[in-house]
Amino acid sequence: MNFKQMTKTSRDNLGTIAMLVVAFAVVQALRAGGFVNSHMDGMLVPLCVYATMAVSLNLVVGILGELSLGHAGFMCVGAFSSAFFSKCFEQSMGTFPRFLIAILIGGLVAGVLGFLIGIPVLRLNGDYLAIVTLAFGEIIKNLVNVLYVGRDAAGLHISMRDQAALGLAEDGEMIINGPQGITGTPFNSTFTVGFVILLVSTIVVLNLVNSREGRAIMSIRDNRIAAGSLGIPVTRYKMFAFTLSAVIAGCAGALYAHNLSSLIATPARFGYNMSILFLVFVVLGGIGSTRGAIIAAIILTLLPEVLRFMADYRMLIYAVVLIVMMIVNWNPKSRAFIKAHSPKKWFGRGKEDR
Amino acid sequence: MVSFLNYFINGLSLGSIYAIIAIGYTMVYGIAKMLNFAHGDIIMVGAYIAFSVITTAKLPAAVGVLAAICGCMLLGITIEKIAYKPLRHAGSSLAVLITAIGVSYFLQNVALLIFSSNPKMFTPIIPMSMMTIQLGSFRIQTISLVSIAVGVVLVLLLQLFINKTRPGQAMLACAQDRGAASLMGISVNGTISLTFAIGSAMAGIAGVLLCSAYPTLSPYTGAMPGIKAFVAAVFGGIGSIPGAMIGGLLLGIIEILSKTYISSQLSDAIVFAVLIVVLLVRPTGIMGKVVQEKV
Repeated sequence: MNFKQMTKTSRDNLGTIAMLVVAFAVVQALRAGGFVNSHMDGMLVPLCVYATMAVSLNLVVGILGELSLGHAGFMCVGAFSSAFFSKCFEQSMGTFPRFLIAILIGGLVAGVLGFLIGIPVLRLNGDYLAIVTLAFGEIIKNLVNVLYVGRDAAGLHISMRDQAALGLAEDGEMIINGPQGITGTPFNSTFTVGFVILLVSTIVVLNLVNSREGRAIMSIRDNRIAAGSLGIPVTRYKMFAFTLSAVIAGCAGALYAHNLSSLIATPARFGYNMSILFLVFVVLGGIGSTRGAIIAAIILTLLPEVLRFMADYRMLIYAVVLIVMMIVNWNPKSRAFIKAHSPKKWFGRGKEDR
Repeated sequence: MVSFLNYFINGLSLGSIYAIIAIGYTMVYGIAKMLNFAHGDIIMVGAYIAFSVITTAKLPAAVGVLAAICGCMLLGITIEKIAYKPLRHAGSSLAVLITAIGVSYFLQNVALLIFSSNPKMFTPIIPMSMMTIQLGSFRIQTISLVSIAVGVVLVLLLQLFINKTRPGQAMLACAQDRGAASLMGISVNGTISLTFAIGSAMAGIAGVLLCSAYPTLSPYTGAMPGIKAFVAAVFGGIGSIPGAMIGGLLLGIIEILSKTYISSQLSDAIVFAVLIVVLLVRPTGIMGKVVQEKV
């Protein structure tokens, strides 16, 4: 197909994918040439995790138009279910098929949970929906922290009380140890795997936006009641987008889990603050723009490494950025100003308001 | 039985604190039609102000409480003017909600820079000699009784203020129809500022009470009670002051009893589960009104 004959959207999407592939190639070349120190090398997998989370949250916030404050919860579920699977089948399966299945399981379990949570949550709108997703995120974290699972010859033992209540045999092994989480998950996450997950999620989301379903979802964002009155099944499409987003978050969680020697559901990793960090990625990248979300995630993950001397002020700066971005982008007066002075106008390509 | 009564009173006292916070949420929600996510962090700021005055500057407790109230009031008005007012006509509730999250994050991190993340020991406002009251066979913490009393008095005062004074009536008018209220000569900006001032002052009081009952103070102290108070406000029906009071009390009792009798690790999860059940069964809460949404 001729590049010029493609629609603007297809070209944009192709640009996003090309950007990812080029970035991947450049990093791989730098690594092969030995220009990447071990510290930066260790950042590559978390980078993919955060970028994937940004894609996932952007689907809910930017395209569906609902605020989810519990996305770290889905990531947590994906991480624990996949790590659980990997621990159980560490000896009995080869690395590649096991890790592939682990990622799929992470996505699947998070997706099922997203669907179940979506049933009550998506009946709500706006502020209520945001606070309920926050509640679910916290509930997930709390439940994982009291979950004890062990294994011995008799099979799996599950308890919500403590290790002793499992009644493990002498040769038994703890798999999920309550607040200590899962230790010794195999290190399978590589930059390549992370890149593939990020690329696949990006392609899925970009294709979704550009499809009949995607347009239905965006019409719900723009005016839910009008969309409903046109015969668009509002709840079904909201559910679809929310579940898909949970699946992507679960895969990112699986990637995250297989990069850690001990997986613990601490607030710093899977709590509310993490969900806010993902939200900052989405807002900074421009709500609704998948490419923007990925770029913001990459910049904000790498920036603290570069600006180590400002480490104390990092979170404060994020907060200010969040507030200023929202006011500049959404205040009616500043929007009119930006529109009137946009550089695009000089080239006669001024776009209408979103 | 005696221990159950003790837990029950503890629950009531925590519930009164939630109620005081929830009233702030509910008032702001009713009038500005926004979820002030930073409300919980105003509690934390209030507690830090009281801490600085009472513990660091060694001034009397009453001065500390007064400073906390005034400081929170100013903070609430400033936040509204700087962060929320520019977005009042943005046409997207998401925009102002995300901004509020930004403000909440901002307050936490400013507190983190000033006071560091090490928890501070808050000096309770009740003198040592009067910490507990012995009543026959059981002993009650004075702060529990004070919290309950303060909660009841504040709700009564607020009800009087709203129903009997002109600024209160202006608030009701703004809550009902902002456009019509401004046509009647009511200053909408002034009323919204007043709402934020009252709500934040109550958050300041709640901060002092909360830290007197649970004396560790960190930059994240306000976040959880803030969210739980929101749950309480939704429970009681958002926009309704008596509803917020009832919701807060019920939530406090549920939390303490589930902490005691079910699991201390799961009590937060139980509180949030209550929110989800309430929203499923009766999304408008106990005393809320059903509002038909229009295009």
